[in-house]
Amino acid sequence: MKKILVPIKMVLDANMRPRVKADGTGIDLSGMKLSINPFCEIAVEEAVRLKEKGLAEQVVAISIGPAKAQDSLRQALAMGADSARLIETDGPIEPLAVAKLIRMVVDEEKPELVILGKQAVDDDCNQTGQMLAALLDWPQATFASALRVEGTVVHVTREVDGGHQTLSLPLPAVVTTDLRLNEPRHCSLPNIMKARKKALDVTPVAACGVDTVPRLKVLGVKPPEPRKAGRRVADVSELVGDLRAAGAI
Amino acid sequence: MTLLLLADHDGHTLSDATARAVSAARDMGGALHLLVAGENVEPVAKAAADLSDVDKVLMADDPALAHMLAEPVAELLVGLSADYTAVIAPATSIGKDILPRVAARCDVMQVSDITRVIAQDTFERPIYAGNAIETVQSTDRLKVVTIRSSAFDAAPPGNASAPIARVSLPAGAWKARFESEELTKSERPELTSARIVISGGRGLGSAQAFQTVLAPLAECLHAAIGASRAAVDAGYAPNDLQVGQTGKIVAPELYIAIGISGAIQHLAGMKDAKVIVAINKDADAPIFQVADFGLVGDLFTLVPELVHALG
Ligand SMILES: Cc1cc2nc3c(=O)[nH]c(=O)nc-3n(C[C@H](O)[C@H](O)[C@H](O)COP(=O)(O)OP(=O)(O)OC[C@H]3O[C@@H](n4cnc5c(N)ncnc54)[C@H](O)[C@@H]3O)c2cc1C
Ligand SMILES: Cc1cc2nc3c(=O)[nH]c(=O)nc-3n(C[C@H](O)[C@H](O)[C@H](O)COP(=O)(O)OP(=O)(O)OC[C@H]3O[C@@H](n4cnc5c(N)ncnc54)[C@H](O)[C@@H]3O)c2cc1C
Repeated sequence: MKKILVPIKMVLDANMRPRVKADGTGIDLSGMKLSINPFCEIAVEEAVRLKEKGLAEQVVAISIGPAKAQDSLRQALAMGADSARLIETDGPIEPLAVAKLIRMVVDEEKPELVILGKQAVDDDCNQTGQMLAALLDWPQATFASALRVEGTVVHVTREVDGGHQTLSLPLPAVVTTDLRLNEPRHCSLPNIMKARKKALDVTPVAACGVDTVPRLKVLGVKPPEPRKAGRRVADVSELVGDLRAAGAI
Repeated sequence: MTLLLLADHDGHTLSDATARAVSAARDMGGALHLLVAGENVEPVAKAAADLSDVDKVLMADDPALAHMLAEPVAELLVGLSADYTAVIAPATSIGKDILPRVAARCDVMQVSDITRVIAQDTFERPIYAGNAIETVQSTDRLKVVTIRSSAFDAAPPGNASAPIARVSLPAGAWKARFESEELTKSERPELTSARIVISGGRGLGSAQAFQTVLAPLAECLHAAIGASRAAVDAGYAPNDLQVGQTGKIVAPELYIAIGISGAIQHLAGMKDAKVIVAINKDADAPIFQVADFGLVGDLFTLVPELVHALG
């Protein structure tokens, strides 16, 4: 195939503990480490592996987000993507609008395969790939744990509630990644240097002609109810006594 | 106001997640119709009709619906959606796969994985692995919502059966094809609906230890077995047992975490359990911060002792 498109999102690093803003309007990201969403990193890795196997000629990464999301795109380039595009927006943008913007890019770039993360670990929506597939009227395989391209067909094994399921999709198609699809590579310094020279095209969202007005109103964000502190038990018999007293067993 | 709920099932039995989603639908108010899609699903439709608060069951029986693949089921739901104010589904692997496809086709923004209904159009949902709870209001005409089952109780059987009406799948050329499936067989209770869950982590050290150390405890407590991502990645347990932000979300009466450190992504899947027990040899493991009862020590001696004490 000629081209794979990989949409990536920059999110709060998975190792950071999110803090709710005191005014209850969202999460305080100031001074926090932002990284490429882990599922998107897996998507980039899979696309690059397909290219390395000679099954794809070109990998294009795209992100919709603030100027800083260029850092995540540079990481994708260092992993082996050939070029990158940022659709720049500072405002909040929902999966439906993201899917519409990606569809616009699909119309321009004409990839045969789009690989996305199954969910972004900040908003945990788990929607964008499915929405994109619907808008394009392409087949979809979500939660992929294995992927094999054979001519113009992609065979995808999916992680489902009861175990695994394998589907075959004629290209063009949309795939979303689960955790066990691959282990993303670490970027070497020479590759990071090389990535600086690769093309990264920036388009302001206003130039896209896509309706991005949010449909959901966030009325508030609060921390979860804290659990009341527990205690240590000295041994198994104390534990069994406590569990019986609590009616748990 | 009428809501349409996509029933989750495995072709034979209606899942517990469906009964829980019915409770969420009842909180949203209005009449409730359940859609049972599949092949030879009459028994499932009958079970759906027996749930309380269900006013009508729509049954779509078609070989093309056999594996509930996204394209045909979404098409069916899009066709039906004009008559409804909301299309909802439990956030199972089926619901998560299909509903966003319906939402995009209807030009609606989905509200994912809600844990509470505040009003017909306003919901609470966890974000950032449950480290924050967001209250969102949908401004779309049609509401498309997935339900986190662990946050709702299962609807009980009703007094009378709801009527069952057949609906047909519009003709279409579905592109994705089903090839095969490998389902984990287990005699144990299902993870997301079990009263007690015993989970093992990397501390177990092997797939064998899941069998020799964890299984006897699960047996004597009639518990389901779960696992951390590290345990699944290492091949100690199958993928469908993973508990956490990116695995299954559970809220049992009792959760026993064994050899699990308590990373936030794991806590996201179990911190709403009523009682949490942690067994870990590291007294500083973060799991102890959420545990009601913490036992510090070697799991290879403590777990057999526990089995013995319960025996
Ligand atoms: C600067 C900024 C601030 C925001 N502030 C808020 C806020 O305060 N409150 C709020 O509720 N929402 C806010 N949002 C919106 C929120 O980020 C969206 O809900 C989110 O973009 C989509 O949800 P998700 O990432 O969980 O989607 P999912 O459907 O879980 O994402 C799945 C996959 O889709 C792809 N994808 C998703 N988003 C993008 C993207 N932007 N670019 C490229 N690929 C993508 C990735 O491959 C990802 O792995 C903000 C967004 C931005 C950009
Ligand atoms: C995007 C993303 C998504 C993720 N999603 C999930 C998810 O859904 N679910 C999930 O679980 N994780 C998830 N993770 C991984 C998570 O961050 C942790 O890496 C994982 O939960 C660790 O598993 P663990 O506690 O079994 O292993 P470890 O952190 O290695 O902990 C093992 C524990 O066992 C104890 N131990 C060892 N030997 C013994 C013994 N003999 N007796 C008693 N105790 C012993 C140790 O003291 C230690 O605390 C995700 C990570 C990312 C980045």
